[in-house]
Amino acid sequence: MSAIQPKVGEPPVSDELKLVQAAKAGDVAAFEELVRRYDRNVFRIAQHITQNREDAEDVVQDAFLKAYGNLNQFQGQSKFYTWLVRIAVNEALMKLRRRRPERMVSLDEDVKTEEDSLPREVADWSPNPEQQYSQAELRDILTRTIQGLPASFRTVFVLRDVEGLSTEETAEALDLSIPAVKSRLLRARLQLRERLSRYFQKRESADGRPKHESGDGTQ
Amino acid sequence: MKCAEFLQELTNYLDGVIDDRTKAELEDHLAWCHNCYVVCDTTKKTIEIYRDSQLYELPDDLRTRLRSAIISKCQGK
Repeated sequence: MSAIQPKVGEPPVSDELKLVQAAKAGDVAAFEELVRRYDRNVFRIAQHITQNREDAEDVVQDAFLKAYGNLNQFQGQSKFYTWLVRIAVNEALMKLRRRRPERMVSLDEDVKTEEDSLPREVADWSPNPEQQYSQAELRDILTRTIQGLPASFRTVFVLRDVEGLSTEETAEALDLSIPAVKSRLLRARLQLRERLSRYFQKRESADGRPKHESGDGTQ
Repeated sequence: MKCAEFLQELTNYLDGVIDDRTKAELEDHLAWCHNCYVVCDTTKKTIEIYRDSQLYELPDDLRTRLRSAIISKCQGK
């Protein structure tokens, strides 16, 4: 089995520092180019965290305005995008806390859940499981499934696996240690896999028995 | 190697950040442990499905509106 292939179509970074320098000097057109590059990413991240479209729109505006107002604090030691994501994640978490004050939302919480143990029931999936559903159904399944994860897991998964940040960049953007990112990512991936299995596992055969036996996943 | 040890290394394995020796041990485990093979394969599919899902795409009209709002506020600063 091969490793996951990196996402193609990453925005170019070579001329990015020039754009940032120009924007720092007051060139709004240069900043607009940075907005153009990353607004879609910021919107996705914000909506994954806040789970609310209006909040995500606000986060896009607030994050870019905050970035513009604080460009002088950007030292160029990290990528502009990582720095921007850090701002956007903080804005999104503030929105989430405001909307759900009854629930403490923190990226520091190391959530223990019952699903953390070894996968118990391991059912194989159909060969192209996503093709069993229409685009709209699939989108609904994926949205509901990822929304069920704790915010701290969801955010790490989205930055690493959807947006393609490295482990180091994710740690920097979320102010977490690298082992904490890896631990959350593993559990997020396993929990999503387990939850998606309900929709994607092989269909039962005519006699009602699963085609593939599922068993105890431990030795 | 036991299943629990395999799972501990799963993220590094899927990300391709693992030394050759550990990789060989993991693949040896995968060759005989069907459950871990399925977990590994379907976890990989989970990641790929989400990565390719295009959830929460920013519609063009909203995108233009947000960008105009951001830029006009930047110009006002």
